[in-house]
Amino acid sequence: MKWSSKLYTTLIFIFLFAPIVILLVFSFNEAKSLSVFSGFSFRWYEELFSDEATLESLKNSLILALSATVISTVMGTVAALGIYRLRKKWYRALLNTVTNIPMINPDIITGISMMLLFVFVGRMFSASTSLNFWTMLIAHVTFCLPYVIFQVLPKLNQMDGDLMEAAQDLGCTPFRAFFKVTLPEILPGIITGAIMAFTLSLDDFVISYFTSGNDFQTLPIRIYGMTKKTVTPKMYALATIIFFVTLALLLLNNLVDNDDSRKLREKKKKSKAELLEE
Amino acid sequence: MKKYIALLLMVMVFAVCLLTGCGGGDTLTLNVYNWGEYISDGSEGSFDTIKEFELWYEETYGTPVKVNYTTFASNEDMYSKLSSGAVSYDVVIPSDYMIARMAAEDMLLPLNFENIPNYEYIDEDFKSLYYDKEGKYTVPYAYGIIGVIYNANEVDAQDTGSWELLWNEKYKDKILQFNNSRDAFGMAMYKKGLDVNSEDPAVWDAAYEELLAQRPLVYSLVMDEIYNMMESGEAAIGAYYAGDYFTMKDAQAENVDLKFYYPERTNFYVDAMCIPTCCENKELAEIFINFMLEKEPAIANAEYTYYASPNRLVYEDEAYIEEMGEEAMNVLYQHAGNFAAQYEQNAYHNLKPETLDYINTLWETLKIN
Repeated sequence: MKWSSKLYTTLIFIFLFAPIVILLVFSFNEAKSLSVFSGFSFRWYEELFSDEATLESLKNSLILALSATVISTVMGTVAALGIYRLRKKWYRALLNTVTNIPMINPDIITGISMMLLFVFVGRMFSASTSLNFWTMLIAHVTFCLPYVIFQVLPKLNQMDGDLMEAAQDLGCTPFRAFFKVTLPEILPGIITGAIMAFTLSLDDFVISYFTSGNDFQTLPIRIYGMTKKTVTPKMYALATIIFFVTLALLLLNNLVDNDDSRKLREKKKKSKAELLEE
Repeated sequence: MKKYIALLLMVMVFAVCLLTGCGGGDTLTLNVYNWGEYISDGSEGSFDTIKEFELWYEETYGTPVKVNYTTFASNEDMYSKLSSGAVSYDVVIPSDYMIARMAAEDMLLPLNFENIPNYEYIDEDFKSLYYDKEGKYTVPYAYGIIGVIYNANEVDAQDTGSWELLWNEKYKDKILQFNNSRDAFGMAMYKKGLDVNSEDPAVWDAAYEELLAQRPLVYSLVMDEIYNMMESGEAAIGAYYAGDYFTMKDAQAENVDLKFYYPERTNFYVDAMCIPTCCENKELAEIFINFMLEKEPAIANAEYTYYASPNRLVYEDEAYIEEMGEEAMNVLYQHAGNFAAQYEQNAYHNLKPETLDYINTLWETLKIN
């Protein structure tokens, strides 16, 4: 590597990680300040774990993210299978474009239109509160879905299409063939999709902001509410914890991915070798 | 296989139900919408207002109650959520000018003060302010005044005392200005002796000229970033709410010595509890408001927010006075006794949309300069 590209990479890493390092350091600050470091302490971690409202909103965020992940992963995988089986090319392209809309659409537009829809439906049933946990869940599933499809579809395309038929020839029901053959093949894609859905859902502020009701506040909305006064180092402590959890998830994700591509390489080598033998 | 999927779905639905607590039966719910970080929440061993209310209510009335406490970051956020009709709240705590707007738009319910006997502890000064002349809709929660905060290690004492300090060329690149049009223009208007509630564009133009002259001296436009910049000594002069000065002072760096004063004219504001028309259990909401005025929660909230309280049970309490200290009592309650008169002169009122548009245009132009 030339020195200039080394410098460039270093700079990028500094810009990426400097804010996180500062956040990490100040989460251990003794004083309430976010700019003056006066001594090391676990004070804010203790504070954090006694702050019930924040923990409640963290719990809400996790419940929402987990539910949205499970639902969007199942729906996304099924949708990807459907799209994969389509024979008509134009129809396939059309469906692909449509499913990608929530991904390309700016969050604020998705959020506002979702809110309008929910209010409209709520008014039809003359509900006093039309936004709640369920509306948030629907909104989160909507924007997570394309990411799952996006991850699963390439895996399906990589897969040998005849495998499924071979399994059925050997006596599997289509259902069983799916679980025995297709699912293991596309599993890495599903896992990547699920992890992406989870992090996106956990992270989302804009869409949640517009679709949240009066009894279910997620963490990003709570932190936003603090900006009138000042965000306490409690949030730094929480962000540090979340950062490490996310990092662990990403590492896991990469391990799965690497494992997967290694297998693929081995497989190719093997078939090449077999071909050569013939 | 189908059986498994059905089972999985059932487990999922059940888990979600369990976690969100659907089907609570007899439990009452109360939806409260307040500013963020604006209530004593049990941190550092303080009084946990919401939890204590739930306990107290169940003990007194025998019915469990669940308070859904959510927060907003600005009056405008609160207004848009409420007026979208998407969500119902039982108690909201906005600021004065927003209350005036909501009352004008029939978004508030008149309170039944029989359920709020503690209202008698509220100082008479706060009972018929412009936003609620007849005292029908609101119970004041906290009030505050904007003042100037400066670092005494960098600013000469003789330069302080008025808004002139924020226009002093000696302190170029040490001055912070509000990143919010109303407060920034307000500062210039108080300085020039203009009417902050004028609907005349010429008056706003004059304030604009003033801000334009100040622009080259300003280090940064800030809202809550002011905490860090003042505490660390990065900036030396800024205007903010009196209560927040004490939060900054608590966290100042070693070589920083923050001090505070009120300029000759400045902004006074009141945040008050009120019940919006979408409220579903008005009596419960009134009981909650009454609870907030009880001695223990009221003192805890005043100590937590560092804002002045209009409640006699708070500012006449000896333990509270001692806890706050002499300086804080002097600064926060300096206007006690003649608050109403000062307030009527200096508070922000809700302006016509055309005027607000005009101000925003000026503000955007100013920011580009």
